[in-house]
Amino acid sequence: MRYLPKSPADRDAMLKAIGVRSVDELFAPVPQEFRLKRDLNIPRQMAESEIVDWFKQRAKENGDGYTSFLGAGAYSHYRPIVIDALVQRGEFLTAYTPYQAEFAQGTLQAIFEFQTMVAELTGMEVANASMYDGSTGAAEAVMMAVRITGKSEAVVARSLHPEYREVLETYATHQGIPLKTVAFAESGRIDLKELQQEVRDDTACILIQSPNFFGTIEDVEAIAEIAHKHGALLIVSIAEAVSLGIVEPPRAADIVAMEAQSFGVPLGFGGPYCGVLATKEKFVRQMPGRLAGQTVDKKGKRGFVLTLATREQHIRREKATSNICTNQALVALMVNIFMTVYGKVGLKELAKQNLAKTAYAADQFNKHAKVLFAGAPLFNEFVVETSEDPYAINSRLLGHKIAGGLPLKKFYPELGNVALWCCTELTTRSMIDTAVGLVADSERAIRSMKEVEQEVAR
Amino acid sequence: MKHMTRKATRHISQNEGLIFEKSSPGKAAWKLPPLDVPEIDTAKILGKQERKDLGHMPEVSEIEIIRHFTRLSTWNYAIDLGMYPLGSCTMKYNPRVNEFVSRVEGLANGHPYQPEKISQGALRIIKTLTDCLIEITGMDAITMQPAAGAHGELTGLLMVRAYHESTGNARKKILIPDSAHGTNPATAAMVGYAVENLKSNNRGMVDVAALAAQMNEDVAALMVTNPNTLGVFEQEIHKIAELMHAKGGLLYMDGANMNALVAKTRPGDFGVDVMHLNLHKTFSTPHGGGGPGSGPVAVKKILEPFLPAPVVVTKPDGTLGFEYNRPHTVGRVRAFYGNFGMFIRALAYIFANGPDGLRQTTEDAVLNANYIRKGLEGVYDLPYSTPSMHEVVFSDKVQSKKGVKTMDLAKRLIDYGFHPYTTAFPLIVSGALMIEPTESEPKEELDLFIEAMKSIAEEVEEDPQFVLEAPHNTRISRLDETQAARKPVLRWKPKNVD
Repeated sequence: MRYLPKSPADRDAMLKAIGVRSVDELFAPVPQEFRLKRDLNIPRQMAESEIVDWFKQRAKENGDGYTSFLGAGAYSHYRPIVIDALVQRGEFLTAYTPYQAEFAQGTLQAIFEFQTMVAELTGMEVANASMYDGSTGAAEAVMMAVRITGKSEAVVARSLHPEYREVLETYATHQGIPLKTVAFAESGRIDLKELQQEVRDDTACILIQSPNFFGTIEDVEAIAEIAHKHGALLIVSIAEAVSLGIVEPPRAADIVAMEAQSFGVPLGFGGPYCGVLATKEKFVRQMPGRLAGQTVDKKGKRGFVLTLATREQHIRREKATSNICTNQALVALMVNIFMTVYGKVGLKELAKQNLAKTAYAADQFNKHAKVLFAGAPLFNEFVVETSEDPYAINSRLLGHKIAGGLPLKKFYPELGNVALWCCTELTTRSMIDTAVGLVADSERAIRSMKEVEQEVAR
Repeated sequence: MKHMTRKATRHISQNEGLIFEKSSPGKAAWKLPPLDVPEIDTAKILGKQERKDLGHMPEVSEIEIIRHFTRLSTWNYAIDLGMYPLGSCTMKYNPRVNEFVSRVEGLANGHPYQPEKISQGALRIIKTLTDCLIEITGMDAITMQPAAGAHGELTGLLMVRAYHESTGNARKKILIPDSAHGTNPATAAMVGYAVENLKSNNRGMVDVAALAAQMNEDVAALMVTNPNTLGVFEQEIHKIAELMHAKGGLLYMDGANMNALVAKTRPGDFGVDVMHLNLHKTFSTPHGGGGPGSGPVAVKKILEPFLPAPVVVTKPDGTLGFEYNRPHTVGRVRAFYGNFGMFIRALAYIFANGPDGLRQTTEDAVLNANYIRKGLEGVYDLPYSTPSMHEVVFSDKVQSKKGVKTMDLAKRLIDYGFHPYTTAFPLIVSGALMIEPTESEPKEELDLFIEAMKSIAEEVEEDPQFVLEAPHNTRISRLDETQAARKPVLRWKPKNVD
C-alpha cells in the first residue's frame, strides 16, 4: 500500500522488538468471535490514475458545463487562484487545531486576522474562529441568546433560509426553546406588525436573515428597536457575505451569524462551508467556538493563543456553551485570503457588480414575467413568478444547459409558481438574456394557449 | 541545547506582521472584468442601506498576500513535516490525490440545489461512500449530514432520543465513562439528557459490574469510545451491549478511535447500535488547522427511521435521488447534505487502500503504538498495563517529582522537532501523555521520537529548569495564556483608536 512507509523487514524488526511473533497477537484484546476473518466487501485497491479517472467521470455526470442561476444560500463567485495555492501548503492543510501555540503561530495569527476582518465587515466587535456553516451558526446564536437573556422563546422570520429554520427546529426541540415564526409582508421583508405582536417580554431573541432568503434587504434598525424594547436580542443571519461590500452591515444587531461561503469557498455540492459568529464584546463569554487572542511571550514578543477556553467542551464538559470542537479552520483560511485579496475597495466593487447584474436581470425578467417583492431593495437574488410551473420551465432550460432559478414550491407553497433566481459577478449579460428569452417564450406560449382557450369558450 | 536532536535544527524564519500593518490606500490584489450591463446608481437602489465605508479592511498587493501567508505557514508544524503524535486525533498522512479529485470541475462547482438529473455524479459518490462505510462499521444505515464528530454525536443522540420517544419514554440520562472526550457530556446536555459518570476499573476499561448496577430504565444510552481514550479495547464490549439492551438502552460508540479497528473488527458485530465516524481522523481528510471535519453517523435498522432527512436512495428507474419524506426523522442538523468535499477525499482514500490496504493500515497503526510503548516503558510511567491498540498513554509521575509536568515535556518535545502528544487527557490519568503515532510513521521516525523522549527524560534528571523553560528553539517562547484570557484582545485595532 503506497501510503504505508514500512518494509516487511521493518515490520518484522518491530514485532521482534515488541516481543510478539505476529501482528495478530497485538489484536488479542479483540474477542475472537468479533474478529473479521474476511476481506471487507469494498472496491479493490486502485491506482492513483484509476482514482482520478473515476472522479472525473463522476464530475461529467454532475452538471459540469452548465450555466447556473442558483443561489439560495450557496453562491457562485470567482475564487482567486492564490486561495488554493496557499491553503494547499502542507503547513496549513496538515496541521491540527493550534493548541500548542508555539508550534502553530501561523494558524493562530491567520485566525486573529480572520476574526478582525469578520468583525470589521459585520459591524460587530468580535468574531469567533468559525462554526460549521450558516445554518448551525444561526442555531447556536439562538442558544447563545437564550443563555445571555435567561429567557427562552425565539421569534424567527419565515424569510430565513428554510433549511436554516429546519436546523434550528432540530436544535431547539430539546433545549426547551419555543419557536415562533413571523411571516413576510408584500415587500418581501418581515411583517413588522406581526413581529410587534409576537415579540413579548419573554422573548430571548429575534432571528432574521438580511439580505433574506428572497434577496430582500431587511430594515435591521426597525427590527432591532422592536427586539430591544422587549429586552430581546437581535440575531442577523447573513447567507450572502458579498452583500457586506455594499449593504450597510447590521450594526444594530447583537449577534451576527454568517455563512461566509461566498468569500472564496467552492460550491462543492453544499459543503464544507464556513459559518461564523460575531457579536458585541460584552457577550463574548457566552459565544461558542474557538477564539484566538493576542498575548505576549516570556520575552514580551507578540504572539497568539486560543483563549477563553473555559467556554468550551474540553474544559467545561456538560456545562460548555456548545459541544463544538472541530470547526471549519481551513475553509476559514480560504475566506480570510479572499477578504485580503479584495480588501477595502475590491469588496465594494465586487458587491456593486453583483448588484448591477441583479438589477439588469430583474429588469429583464420583469418585462416578460412578474418579479415579486420589488418594493424593497434586493441584493443578488429575486423571486420571479411565471404562468407556468417553474419545474417545467427548468426542465426545458436544462436542455439548453442552463440550471434555472430554484422553484420555491417546496418551501413556500403559498407563493405559487415562483422561483428564486440569482446573479453574481460571474453571470454574463448573454447568459441572462438567453435565460430571459427562454422564460419569455414559455410565457408567450402559455398566454397564446389561454387566448385560444378563451376563443374556443366564446 | 543540552542534548543533540537528530530530527530538527534551527533555520532562518521570516518575521511578518499583521496584514493590516502592511495595508496602504491604492494597493490592490484584485481586478474585475468590465461590467457588461448598465451601471447602477447604488444610492438610488439601496437608499439608507448603502454602505459607504469598509473600515479597516486591508489594501495589499498579490505578492504581499503570497508572502504573508507563506511566511505564516512556516511557523506551523504539520504532518507533512513529521510525526504528529496527538492521541485520539489520528494525524495520518493526507493523500494529495484526495485534494486533486475534490477540486475537479463539476464536483467542486456543483450547486447543492442543481436538479437531481445533473447531480448523479455527486449522488454516486455519496452512495458509494456510504456503502463502504456501512460495510466497514457493520451497521445498517448512515447519515452523512453531520459536519464533525461532535455534530455526529448530537445527531446520534437525537436519534437515540427519538427512538425512546417512539416507545413512549424518552428516558432521562446518558452514561458516560470518566475517560470520555469532553464532547460526549456536552452533547448529552444539548439533547436534554442528564449525564451520569461511569467509573473505569483498574484495567482502564468500563467496569461491567458497576455498569450493571447503574443501568436502569432511566438510562437512554451508554456512550463509549472503543478503543477508549487509553488506547484500550473494551474487551467485554459485547457484555456491555447485552447489559444495555436487556434494559432497553442503546449502545453509542464514539468512533474517534476507529483507526484501531478498520478491517479487523466491526462495531456493528459487537453490539453497537449507533456510532459516528470522523472522516478527518480515520479516513485521511486533512485537519486543516482545526477543520473542516465530517462526522457521519451509522445506525442499526431500529434507528433508521430517525435518520436526518434527506437520505440518498436509488429510484425505480435506477437513478439516484434524495428522499425527503421521512415522517420519523429527527430533522435536519445542517443545511444541504454535509461536508461533501470531505466525502470525496474519504472515498479516494478508501479506493487507494482497498480491503487489503485498510487492513494493513490498521495493523501498522497498532504496531507503531506498541513499538513506542515498548521503547518508552520504564522511562515514563505506564499507569495501565492493559494492552494498547493504536495509542498508548503514559504519565508524568516520574518527571513530576522534579516539578516537570506533561505540558513541560511536551514543550520540550517541540525543540526536538516533534509536535507534542496530547497532554493531560484522558482525565483519569494524572499528567497524561497520550501518544498516537498512526500508521503513517516509518520506523526511523518512531526511533527518533523514542530517542527524543528518552533524552528529555534524562534532561529532567539533569536540569529540570531547562525543560521547564522550553521551548527554546521556536520563534516565540511560552505565551502568557492568563493575560490572553483576562484581558481578551480578539481583533486588531489601529493604534490611534482607543
